[in-house]
Amino acid sequence: MRWHRLLAMGRKEFIQILRDTRSLAIVVTMPLILMLLYGYGVNLDYKNIPVCAFDREGSQQSQDLLRRFEASDYFTVVRVAENYPAVVEGVEAGQCQLAVVIPHDFSQRLAGGQPAAVQALVDATDDNGANLVMGYTEAVVAGFSQELQMEWLGRQGRAEFRVPLSVEARTWFNEELNSKDFIIPGIVALVMAVIGAFLTSLTIAREWERGTMEQLISTPVSRTEIMVGKLVPYFVIGLLDTALCTVIAVAWFGVPFRGQWTTLLLSSALFLLGVLGQGYFISVVAKSQLAASQAALVSTLLPAFLLSGFLFAIEQMPAVIQTITRVIPARYYVSILKGVFLKGTPPALLAEHLLALAIFAALVMGLATRAFHKRLV
Amino acid sequence: MWARLRQMLIKEFIQVVRDKRMRFMLVVPPMVQMLVFGYAATFEIHHVPIAVLDLDHSQESRELVSRFTSSPYFDVRGYLDNQRQLREWIDTEQAVLVLHIHPGFAQKLNKGETASVQVVVDATNSNTALIALGYVNQIAQRFAADSQSERLLRVAPQLAERAPRVELERRPWYNPDLRSQWFFVPGVIGTLILIMVGLLTAFAIVREREIGTLEQIMVTPITRTEFILGKTAPFFIIGLIDTALIALVGTLWFKIPFRGEISVLLVGAVLYILCILAVGLFISTISRTQQQAMVSAFFFNMPAIIFSGFGFPIRNMPEWLQALTYLDPLRYFLVVIRSVYLKGSGLDILWPQMASMAALAAALLTISIFRFRKSLD
Repeated sequence: MRWHRLLAMGRKEFIQILRDTRSLAIVVTMPLILMLLYGYGVNLDYKNIPVCAFDREGSQQSQDLLRRFEASDYFTVVRVAENYPAVVEGVEAGQCQLAVVIPHDFSQRLAGGQPAAVQALVDATDDNGANLVMGYTEAVVAGFSQELQMEWLGRQGRAEFRVPLSVEARTWFNEELNSKDFIIPGIVALVMAVIGAFLTSLTIAREWERGTMEQLISTPVSRTEIMVGKLVPYFVIGLLDTALCTVIAVAWFGVPFRGQWTTLLLSSALFLLGVLGQGYFISVVAKSQLAASQAALVSTLLPAFLLSGFLFAIEQMPAVIQTITRVIPARYYVSILKGVFLKGTPPALLAEHLLALAIFAALVMGLATRAFHKRLV
Repeated sequence: MWARLRQMLIKEFIQVVRDKRMRFMLVVPPMVQMLVFGYAATFEIHHVPIAVLDLDHSQESRELVSRFTSSPYFDVRGYLDNQRQLREWIDTEQAVLVLHIHPGFAQKLNKGETASVQVVVDATNSNTALIALGYVNQIAQRFAADSQSERLLRVAPQLAERAPRVELERRPWYNPDLRSQWFFVPGVIGTLILIMVGLLTAFAIVREREIGTLEQIMVTPITRTEFILGKTAPFFIIGLIDTALIALVGTLWFKIPFRGEISVLLVGAVLYILCILAVGLFISTISRTQQQAMVSAFFFNMPAIIFSGFGFPIRNMPEWLQALTYLDPLRYFLVVIRSVYLKGSGLDILWPQMASMAALAAALLTISIFRFRKSLD
């Protein structure tokens, strides 16, 4: 490896990137757009869940219960149904996600000491939403039930009774349980994966397609020099993009940053080396811009989105898929990102993940250099 | 006109089927996406790893813990001795949740005071944390209700019979076991058509332009309308076949119930595919090379998927963004396909979605064909 040749290669690439406005636009706008898209579009905090109320009794007590739904931040009563078909229609048409049906003998049963059952009809098409909705509903109804009982006991001269159990939840690392704090750090990995894939798929395959690769081959530049020279500019750009994403996450979306800059920098560098190498390898093998960009996109973006733990918890996947995630570099990067942003995890605890990223990068780089032959096929 | 159109169609079909890359694109990405989304995309929560720090060591505390061990949602991985261990287990991600029972738990419970338990949750994944906390509350409420009635029975048996209480009957409709697969698999059909039909249409046209065969076609007696029809019709048919294929996999492999009418789904699919064809045509008018078409398609597909409600509820988005989602054809198609699959809805419920897609298709097709005709000049 000669420095002046390397320098020349790098300079050529930089000039090429700067002159190609479309690539440049991708490099600058992609992180911005992706961060904003996901930052605003991906939200799992269910608030103001539309409720359809059907009070068959219309008593003081049944109205009290419905008022509790009104008062909760989680629910908004959007429709008061007069009959059962109206309830069914409300749920089926997606007008409301929850229908609360209070039976006609509600207060009568309460007075008689029999359990009064309230029905929660939930549109469970979206299973996750339904699960949370039922949890919130349970909390409202249980609170109501408990208070009713305490009051009643008080009237019976048993005011000394207290609620037997209280659960005090301590939510660590994401105290407010914001889904944005959970999702946004992972987006950085997604952006890096897309950029790494797009950029490199543009680079080598383009030289082949335009025939400039022959010119490069006729020069004394070695294949390692070509690779390093080609990748260094993109590596620098990628790191700048990481910084850009981090600034947006912290300054715009208000995600905490509790870890160390150095950990973020190191892991980003390793992850970038991996995806750039992967993209380079693909573009060397594919030799057509189109095939390369598609293959690169599919092999980096899809796993980064689905198999990295960015959104879907890996522990909940079937065992086979869990094993597959072990060879996905994004998985390690996402857990480092979450550690660095939310937990402030000390680097020592992340060593294993960093090592995995380093191994992946080394492997891919090795493969890429070998795959590239300095001759015309 | 028909003879020429037929020739054009035959040519297009041959081109699609002969192209190795196209053949690959038609089969592999749909299958991979289907399987990955079917298995990896899950918000379900089972066997959450938890640890127990029981400092009371009483019969009562063990009773509470046993309710956690018998729950399918939790997996008790260890019993801790002190606070330091608690911190360590959460930090090293050995447990997502720790149940912390203070000394004096049984005493308070038996005296009729409020006994409190602390639940420490790693809320990095806010969604898992929320759902797990919902399950914790459910267990705690049952426990509380049981111990209340036990105590009443002991202290004031005459009251125990008559104490009022409200119970919640949970009725998750359409997806009673809350399976994520039922939510995601029908949705994948929509995203796949978006990605494939849109991209393929754009590619087919841009490639003709790129390799110069567009000019050759233009000198033949074929009219522009015939050209546009001939270019889009194959992808229309491919889109329909793909819909059927994936729907079949969903039903036969994933056993997603199909409760509605095939004809309703067909109407929806036709309208939706028309929208996507229009988008593909439009992309072809703004792209000179396939690479550009790829990037443009990416920039359209990404937001179209995120804002469609495919994985993230539209209701949770900021209002200005919700307004934007009305322009997303996938938004309507997802409602149609999920409703047909899980709810068995008919046109009486789904007509607003159908009408919106028809309007969008008309508008998009007009714009695209207008632009496309100009681009041929």
